Amino acid sequence: MTIPLRAPRDIAAPGTGRVGDSPLRPDGTLKVKGEFAYSSDLWMDGMLWGATLRSPHPRARIVSIDIAEALAHPGVHAVLTHEDVPGRKHYGLDHTWDQPVLAIGEVRHQGEPIALVAADHPETARRAMDKIRIEWEVLEPLVDARRAAFDPAYPQVQERKNPARHQPVRVGDVARAKQEAEVVVTGVYEVGIQDQAFLGPESGLAVPAEDGGVDLYVATQWMHNDLKQIAPCLGLPEEKIRMTLSGVGGAFGGREDLSMQIHAAMLALRTGRPVKMVYNRHESFFGHVHRHPAQMRYEYGATRDGKILYADVEIILDGGAYTSATLNVVGNAASLGVGPYEIPNIKIDAYGVYTNNPPCGAMRGFGAVQACFAYESMMDKLAAACGLDPVTIRQINACKQGSKLATGQVIEAPLPMAEMLQTARELPLPPPLDPTDLRNLPGGASQTTHGEGVRRGIGYGVGIKNICFSEGFDDYSTARVRLEVIGGEATALVHTAAAEVGQGLVTIEAQIARTELGVDRVVIHPADNRVGDAGSSSASRQSYMTGGAVKVACEAVRERVFELVPVRLGRTYPDLSLEGGKVVSASAGVLASIEDVLGEEVIEETREFHHHPTTGMDPVTGQGSTHTQLAMCVHRAVVDVDVELGLVKVVELAAVQDVGKVINRVSVEGQIHGGSAQGLGLAVMEEIVVTGGKVRNPSFTDYLIPTVLDMPPMRLEILENADPRAPYGLRGVGEPPTLSSTPAIVAAIRDATGLDLNRVPVRPEHITSPAAP
Amino acid sequence: MDFLRPTTWEEALAAKADQPEAMPIQGGTDVMVEINFDVHRPPALLDLGRVPELFTWEQVDGVYRVGAGVPYVRIIEELGEALPGLAQAARTVGSPQIRNRGTVGGNLGAASPAGDSHPPLLAAGAMIEVESRDRGVRMIPAHEFYVGVKKSALEPDELIRAFWTKPASGPQYFSKVGTRNAMVIAVCSFAIALHPEERRVGTGIGSAAPTPRRAPAAEEFLAAELDWDAPLDPAVVRRFEELAAQAASPIDDVRGTADYRRHAISVMARRTLTWAWNDYLRRRAA
Repeated sequence: MTIPLRAPRDIAAPGTGRVGDSPLRPDGTLKVKGEFAYSSDLWMDGMLWGATLRSPHPRARIVSIDIAEALAHPGVHAVLTHEDVPGRKHYGLDHTWDQPVLAIGEVRHQGEPIALVAADHPETARRAMDKIRIEWEVLEPLVDARRAAFDPAYPQVQERKNPARHQPVRVGDVARAKQEAEVVVTGVYEVGIQDQAFLGPESGLAVPAEDGGVDLYVATQWMHNDLKQIAPCLGLPEEKIRMTLSGVGGAFGGREDLSMQIHAAMLALRTGRPVKMVYNRHESFFGHVHRHPAQMRYEYGATRDGKILYADVEIILDGGAYTSATLNVVGNAASLGVGPYEIPNIKIDAYGVYTNNPPCGAMRGFGAVQACFAYESMMDKLAAACGLDPVTIRQINACKQGSKLATGQVIEAPLPMAEMLQTARELPLPPPLDPTDLRNLPGGASQTTHGEGVRRGIGYGVGIKNICFSEGFDDYSTARVRLEVIGGEATALVHTAAAEVGQGLVTIEAQIARTELGVDRVVIHPADNRVGDAGSSSASRQSYMTGGAVKVACEAVRERVFELVPVRLGRTYPDLSLEGGKVVSASAGVLASIEDVLGEEVIEETREFHHHPTTGMDPVTGQGSTHTQLAMCVHRAVVDVDVELGLVKVVELAAVQDVGKVINRVSVEGQIHGGSAQGLGLAVMEEIVVTGGKVRNPSFTDYLIPTVLDMPPMRLEILENADPRAPYGLRGVGEPPTLSSTPAIVAAIRDATGLDLNRVPVRPEHITSPAAP
Repeated sequence: MDFLRPTTWEEALAAKADQPEAMPIQGGTDVMVEINFDVHRPPALLDLGRVPELFTWEQVDGVYRVGAGVPYVRIIEELGEALPGLAQAARTVGSPQIRNRGTVGGNLGAASPAGDSHPPLLAAGAMIEVESRDRGVRMIPAHEFYVGVKKSALEPDELIRAFWTKPASGPQYFSKVGTRNAMVIAVCSFAIALHPEERRVGTGIGSAAPTPRRAPAAEEFLAAELDWDAPLDPAVVRRFEELAAQAASPIDDVRGTADYRRHAISVMARRTLTWAWNDYLRRRAA
């Protein structure tokens, strides 16, 4: 097998940090110096470049495709359409298999792949693509998510009928509670389409192999699940497809679905040449799914003193043309639809629908983000109606250990929500506005104000997120750990299929191996499918699941080291451990170095780690113990708003998050910073603007993400109330702050302006002419 | 695609005359983006990065003549005192990396209504020096330079040599609305320049019409109504912001609505005039 240039290799984890320390990331220095090899850097002599022809129309019939001229273009080696898909013509997540590898007779969203070209040069491939002639019958796009959910006369988008999923939740007697409520508040909320906006575009390399299979170097979140979809489409057995994770430039859910994997493999198998594909930024906006936009209607009733009696909720999530992760996103929106509040009577109806809008699927927060914006907005509304402050209303209704979620699931781990809110409230506030430096002001260096029209506001947000997969899914992970003496030093090699997507998993794999094996030297093997499934780098689950797998694999290796002790030392000890490079007996002290005990022995163990089982949601009542773990973040946002221009400066974001156990403090802080920034983006700027199913801003010129002048300094309070069921007691960290920062910021803008603001992102014109949206 | 690399201004003019369809490229912060996005496929690029004359500025009879290739970072560092409005606008362009490469010349060449340099050039009454091999130099007033959406008065065989502007004789301000606090393309922008010696106020509006433009009625109103020896009359400010907003003819697009742009122009007109006037009175008192 020929290895491409810049393919991933074994990498030694720097430092000697154990669990709880903050050693450097193995990939950190390379990334900072610009030397890290991303999947777009892969190279192989003689390789061709693939390109994808995509639909300009959100909905149209393909009357005919003529590839002759493109095929005749000099330098072109292949032009493929759906007729050339060797196996199954469709793929999809969760066995939905509804997405065509290449469009068959019709397209259902703008950017849907239609044909592939392989050529000597990427420019040649693009020029040839322009020569593919398509005769279209353009149809009126189906873009009304509400009609898709409720109107039986609305045409169907695809064979799987609308709604993709309707998940009800029923608790108590809402009708009766409506009669008892002393205070009733209602809200209609909308969340725009957010994009993951990862910086490394979809890219990879497919290399045809001598056995008729293909070696795939790709940037993805879950190789084994990719493989389950790729193999049938290529008509190959899974063992003939060797997957290697290449440098991933961010993911945030946007790489859970396939992008160029099957396409590049098809071109490689057809041409017999390695084929590289790299999307540009424009194509990337069409090359992955986005966060579901949501339309939500909420009604809460409460007693006069603020105790919530009922919640009546409708959530519509627009998944676009294909299923992707919609089914599970709906499950999350339903089960977490009222958040971490004790509410005795609940009626939730969450719908996921098919339309010809941009396809939507997984994104950090996964259905819980949309609901959190609505339920937290409702808490503020209820506070105002009851004459209470935002923190008190949340404390009155807060869940705690032993509380039940809307699904009836009992929260078994510690959940000190009321205390977390108190902590957030009592953190020192930032100093008042200093208008002498423009960068402190709304508008920043653009100098829209010297302080005129600027008002300060404070807001709170609480989010609760399920960690690991839910609804009965056994998303186990696998780790292989090898311990041997290399160059006189005991060295652990950790091999998993888990995707390092920038979150720092490889760092903590090394920390766990050092902690469990007492060695300093750890080498991380590239992630590939020559080891068992690790599950997805999603749902904030890899520290829990792959961290757990590395831990149990290390424990198995450790046992084998202990088995060597009588062989080497001639007697047994009942109380062994591995610490500081030594085999230690609690009673007899240091016995020997690990190297001396190991000798020539190579110990290798592979273990799976499974979380405790969960159940599905009852299709009628939504009841079930559906989530593996729950994690919470509380935000306090302080904003300055230029109320005349509608510009916002987030002055400070304070976060209180319970992570169970800090495995790596720098990584934990980074996750909270990053998650908060992504939530800030949704609050005030990030939206894929769509008209008639067409994206109007597929570029970083007009899809804005926060800069360092938008993201304020953060004050963090990190709690460690252990979850007894999780490895080391840890909780997933990455997603909860993405939920709560958005509603906290919008609440602060409301506090500054007195406006309703029922839609995110909040745009300047929503503040200056509030009737407009 | 041909890549032409003249090393002198004469060679550059000759290359442009011989191949008028060649796209001039300076810092590449705009041209390369358009090429990468396949918006333009010019048959040739004319790289001006090796033409030393373009990277210098000088004072000629008290007027600044700034080469088209002087990057924004140098406008900020070297000309911030003399051309404060333009320097403020330069500070809002992209990121530090973009400001190291991007130039006023490039901004003029693209003639985008959203270009940040245009409003301060208009408010200051700058002249654009353009030249062709065959017809020599033309001096075009900034307000005649922008003739349509991304269209300038430049002839196909002409290159932009420099812009000319007097050092600020009074306070100048530039203000730009974007939906992010840095690295943002203008939703709309406004520039003001007080010319106390002429008892005149110059204006410039960006991103709120097919071209960058002045607000002539607002300027005329101030020329007639401003009492240069007194604090600002709130009624004058109100009328000025109305006239400034009326000078705009914005559209709804993905960056903002026409209504919002008109509103924002009026707010920026009021604020920048107030800041400039306060500075003016303070300087006079000092």
